[in-house]
Amino acid sequence: MIVNRSHQVLVHGITGRQGTFWTQQMQAYGTNIVGGVNPKKAGSYHCQVPVFASAEEAASSLDGGVDVSVLFVPPQGALAAIEDAVAAQASLVVVLTEFIPVHDTIRAIDTANKAGTTIIGPNTAGIVTPGQTFVGFMPAFDQRIFMPGNVGVISRSGSLGTLACLELTRAGFGQSAFLGVGGDPVSGTTSADAFAALEADETTEAVVLIGEIGGRKEEDAAEVIARSSKPVVSFLAGRVSPPGKRMGHAGAIVDGTTGTYESKRSALEASGVVVVDVPWQIPDALAAIMKQT
Amino acid sequence: MVKLAENQAKSILKARGIPIPQGKVVKTPDEAAQVAVEFGPRVAVKAMVRSGGRGKQGGVVIADGPPQAAQAAHQILGTTLGDEVVASVLVEQAVDIASEHYLSVTIDPSSGRPMIMRSEQGGIEIEDMADQVESVIIGSDNSDTQVANLAPLEAKLLEAFTELDALLIEINPLVHTVDGEVIAVDAKIELDDSAAYRHQPLHGSIETEQGLLGTDRERKAAAIGLRLIELDGDIAVLANGAGLTMATMDAIVALGGAPANFLEIGGDAYTKAIPALELVLSQPAISSLLVNFCGAFARCDVMTAGVVEAWKALKPDIPVVFSISGTGMDEANEMVRTELGIEPHLTMADAVAAVVQASAKGSQQ
Repeated sequence: MIVNRSHQVLVHGITGRQGTFWTQQMQAYGTNIVGGVNPKKAGSYHCQVPVFASAEEAASSLDGGVDVSVLFVPPQGALAAIEDAVAAQASLVVVLTEFIPVHDTIRAIDTANKAGTTIIGPNTAGIVTPGQTFVGFMPAFDQRIFMPGNVGVISRSGSLGTLACLELTRAGFGQSAFLGVGGDPVSGTTSADAFAALEADETTEAVVLIGEIGGRKEEDAAEVIARSSKPVVSFLAGRVSPPGKRMGHAGAIVDGTTGTYESKRSALEASGVVVVDVPWQIPDALAAIMKQT
Repeated sequence: MVKLAENQAKSILKARGIPIPQGKVVKTPDEAAQVAVEFGPRVAVKAMVRSGGRGKQGGVVIADGPPQAAQAAHQILGTTLGDEVVASVLVEQAVDIASEHYLSVTIDPSSGRPMIMRSEQGGIEIEDMADQVESVIIGSDNSDTQVANLAPLEAKLLEAFTELDALLIEINPLVHTVDGEVIAVDAKIELDDSAAYRHQPLHGSIETEQGLLGTDRERKAAAIGLRLIELDGDIAVLANGAGLTMATMDAIVALGGAPANFLEIGGDAYTKAIPALELVLSQPAISSLLVNFCGAFARCDVMTAGVVEAWKALKPDIPVVFSISGTGMDEANEMVRTELGIEPHLTMADAVAAVVQASAKGSQQ
């Protein structure tokens, strides 16, 4: 799930307003966009790349097929678009769409798992390999925010993940990869899965985990982190959020005793993670923990 | 997430062949007495609210006849349970309980798969009996013997869970009566509002009622697609994205301030800065405003243009502090300087410190 410039990227929904804007941004950054999908405009060109009726058609027409498919499609069309990308044998599908019915997400993950395709998202802002490529809608092109380096960043939130990278870059810590796992309660790639990918990545020397209240993503990640030797710093959003209220992200709700800030913080700390109170403390905590190891 | 009222949840179960007690929703003590005549004489009178722990707060009374039913309804109607005023009661035939059990279907947050939870103990909150609950995570393989081994009622519930696009179906208590019947005496159903488009008219009817929950401003916000949660503090917060907005509130508290709201305009709502700002500034006792943007998908230039326009129109007499980074940040910061004559802070740390200093709480110190 760490992308580079050789990966062939297909944009599902390329002709829409957001699809067009972000395809141009990705191309300018160096992302290898090889085509787009829109059944109504198949056969035409958009953003200098061919538009296909489906990802399957794109995969059979393009030399080297499709490695990554990114979805700029409305929620009602997301399940079909993911199934199409899986049929096209994409190894990675980045699902930016928010408000996909959760039972559709469950079906999509089933289909992808059986075919060996990885889903990132839904409701993710995407993934960035600074200096190389990005897929999604992240301000990767702003060198004040993203800089190549050795810190892997995992975030449920796009905005807060962007802020974390900004704070890191400002303090001189470049990033090996930004992996946005998304704000939904059910995700194709969990924080634990993303951590495992960074653990296996040789460029990544340390990891910043941006979590939030709700669900069990941080508790599950803590189990994987406990077995790793890479230093990890975490910020968890939602410490002062009232229980029982959904805080914007469908996944960010504290219901009963599950998903609380305290549960997440103590699980991570038990795995040796340094948990900071405010986002701007991340770089100092990272400097301190990296010095020790 | 859309929570169904108890009677709606039960009528869905009934339509799927799961027995429920006979009863009616009424709004007056007289009507409650009539239901006791029809289905009683012994009835349960239950407050129609969506918040949990109703029984503990006196929201459920067993009445032994029509006069007692009227008395119970009189006692419950108009009281406040959780954050809801009780406007109606569900009056149901009381059942002769032999034993109470628990059964639910939800999504396991770790595996992301449907999960059945069952317990021989029922009638109390699930949180209070976590160690007695048995969980069965339903795998993705349809030929799985797991599903074949479910009790018929469990299989029925699982089918309903998927077909309704539900997030939770809970029967608690599931009562075995002295006559050997199995009855869903209380039921909760939560539906996925993202799937509302394929479950009309069911969702349409619920959403109207759901709109009655929350404060006036929270309902106004919901009506225009914004998520607002009012809090007790004095520092109004406008940020983009759920994560950044929660982090902004956390940071304000960490530095000794108190946020007045959760309101985010990320995602598709990033063009709604004007109504968003109008809403937060109309909250009482606001002493200052913090605008904290870190744009990814949400463009800072678009959000800031909205804030500037709203600020000029409303001319609020409070300090405002900006921190803007991410997509479109340069145009946005320049807009704040030239249009409002305010210098944005370079970091979130500086901005939060400044707004806490400027706030009511900060200035008292």
